Amino acid sequence: MLEKALQGNKAYWGWIATLLAFIGVGFGCYMYQLNQGLAITGLSRDVSWGLYIGQLTYMVGIAASAVMLVLPYYLHNYKAFGKLVIFGEFLAVSAVVVCLLFVIVDLGQPQRLLNVILHPTPSSVLFWDMVVLNGYLFLNIIIGWSVLHAVKKGVPPANWLKFLIYLSIPWAVSIHTVTAFLYAGLPGRYFWLDSLLAASFLASAFAAGPSLLLLILFVVRRVANLEIPKEAIQTMAKIITYAWTINVFMVGLKIFTIYYSQHPGKMLGFDYLYFGYEDYTQMVPWMWNFVFLALVALALLIHPGTRNNQTTLTIALVMVFVAGWIDKGLALVIGGFVPNPFKVYTEYWPTIPEVFITIGVYAIGLLILTILYKVALSVQEEST
Amino acid sequence: MYDGNKIIPGLIIFVGLVTFPFWSNIGRAAYERPELKLDAVETECVEPAEWMRAEHMRLLDDWRDLVVRDNMRLYVNQAGRSFDMSLTNTCLSSGCHANKAEFCDRCHATLAVSPSCWDCHVVPPTPIVEE
Amino acid sequence: MALNRRSFLKAAGLTTLAGLGGHAAMELLAPGALDAAQPAKIGAFPEALIGKRWAMVIDSTKFTSMRLSQKCIDACHTAHNVPNIPGKQEVKWLWTDSFQRVFPDQRNEFLPVDIKHQPFLVLCNHCDNPPCVRVCPTGATFRREDGIVMMDMHRCIGCRYCMVGCPYGARSFNFRDPRPFIANINHRYTTRMMGVVEKCTFCEDRLARGLMPVCVEASEGALIFGDLGNQDSKVRKILRERFSLRRYPSLGTEPHVFYLI
Repeated sequence: MLEKALQGNKAYWGWIATLLAFIGVGFGCYMYQLNQGLAITGLSRDVSWGLYIGQLTYMVGIAASAVMLVLPYYLHNYKAFGKLVIFGEFLAVSAVVVCLLFVIVDLGQPQRLLNVILHPTPSSVLFWDMVVLNGYLFLNIIIGWSVLHAVKKGVPPANWLKFLIYLSIPWAVSIHTVTAFLYAGLPGRYFWLDSLLAASFLASAFAAGPSLLLLILFVVRRVANLEIPKEAIQTMAKIITYAWTINVFMVGLKIFTIYYSQHPGKMLGFDYLYFGYEDYTQMVPWMWNFVFLALVALALLIHPGTRNNQTTLTIALVMVFVAGWIDKGLALVIGGFVPNPFKVYTEYWPTIPEVFITIGVYAIGLLILTILYKVALSVQEEST
Repeated sequence: MYDGNKIIPGLIIFVGLVTFPFWSNIGRAAYERPELKLDAVETECVEPAEWMRAEHMRLLDDWRDLVVRDNMRLYVNQAGRSFDMSLTNTCLSSGCHANKAEFCDRCHATLAVSPSCWDCHVVPPTPIVEE
Repeated sequence: MALNRRSFLKAAGLTTLAGLGGHAAMELLAPGALDAAQPAKIGAFPEALIGKRWAMVIDSTKFTSMRLSQKCIDACHTAHNVPNIPGKQEVKWLWTDSFQRVFPDQRNEFLPVDIKHQPFLVLCNHCDNPPCVRVCPTGATFRREDGIVMMDMHRCIGCRYCMVGCPYGARSFNFRDPRPFIANINHRYTTRMMGVVEKCTFCEDRLARGLMPVCVEASEGALIFGDLGNQDSKVRKILRERFSLRRYPSLGTEPHVFYLI
């Protein structure tokens, strides 16, 4: 089926070439990083994780959100999602690949990566993250590819596939839970030390992921012959609305506990992010943008008039995606490190090579996504 | 055969690429065991020279883990001699392979291997031989 | 399960016998793993200092100025080839900080002026319940039975999760090749390579040779090192007699560096 990705019009090849160009630049920067070490990043002794691990966290959520299509379709036989499920699963595949690449570019000694398998250490959450992410990747590749094959041949998917599909539902929840556990179990890091973290991760992911998927599908509808049932859009919009509402609610829960208790360790991270400390204020505009985007998106999503309107819905989806990114791709990691456990403020901001490596990794994800979507679209088109 | 005009040249290119190491080596000088210089005071290595030639990495690997992970540093060989399990302080000491460039590096260079040991383990400055 | 060569050597070391009998046993358990060459004995040096639970006591009343602290820091950093890298990507094993940063639990506006401005030495706390060990995905950092939290630089993949886990900021990452930043390389000790994490090791290599840690030797008696497992040790005695603080005990990490105030 892969050969279908080799047939396309000029715009298709132009898009592929653009992605390859970004991948090339990112790869060049990565070679520079391999040669010079992580000294070329904005990371420091106090802020030892940054943009890369932030993107890993955000993309795990995007990957997990495929379950928001898989679950209604396979468990509740919700037919409107029928043709769209495959796009959710392929988005998950590309997102997990992106996650794994972000882990690799973050390592100081990437050639020793296999030590994680050669010396398995079950006490480490990072070990389990590796296990669940790889498992989820294989599940989605196998499921997506086999289902597509069945569509191509015009037969129902094999029975053994059902088992894998059901397995993929809790597995999706597990990947984001384990990723939250990377942060939520560290003494002294009060910003993360929160049993709500995994739950709020899932809530924001189940809003941001379907938002991204819908936005991508709107683009696909424009450039290819994809028909998205109106009912499917509306149902997804409702899922996003509920998930985003829960997410914003959980932000409120955290704020209550932190500020009513006046727990100094808990307050410091939030204070730094939303109000700054002395001259350390670089995150403040981002955070208030997050608040603005989160609340406006919430209003647009809750009001049926704006939710049912294509233009306002699109705006709301973009807002959810961007707000989710500020919250998880940026603030989550930085807020956990600044200030450090003994109240020293060392700020972090990514450097240009770091940003280009990040863009390059995302370009690889988009390339995989493009190829998989091209195959899926061609197969679906032929079968109808 | 369908598309034979594409498949056969493709196959030829593939076979050519896969066999690259073989034909690129044609006409080059054959492998010769490099001449190693040993101006050591010591005449005996930790283990028999024959075994060391083939397995020194295994010995170093054992030493590495025993020292770092098991806190064991003393090695007594069958002849009853004691050694400090240390690459820098034993192997590269002035009595033995202090001349890394003419001992370790010669083989490693000829065989095109570059062990990363020296990224951390310090090579002592070549001792000045007094006339 | 096959027994590998190192496990055998280790076992042989513990029983201090790997003669003919040991060899035969190894052949039985893991045929061919030993080849011809195997040691007669492996183990610790006879002069090694053995402890049940190593700990350090810092007599802060003797570190009133930077002079003695700096002497200890210099001794440590020179002996261990710790690079002198300026800026926020620095590497350090032993350094000083103010009272309120060393003891964030003990915040108090009305501290005596001399304590407020006094430099306190800080290093890895060699915790009993170390978060860095818990989070390491490869076992590159681990806790020895005698309480020393060790780093295996050969195994570290540079994920820096241990730095995230450590609430004391005791760990440094080699963001760049450290060698150009070492003024005088100590040829008896290793440097580190780019991309691995390092920290204080309580000078375990010196203990193995019967020596006290470098900083302790340089401290003119202000640093006391010893075995908490031994009732009669100097550290036990001094902790019995004088009031001491530990860093952030509320986190449950059980640090083993004690500060006499």
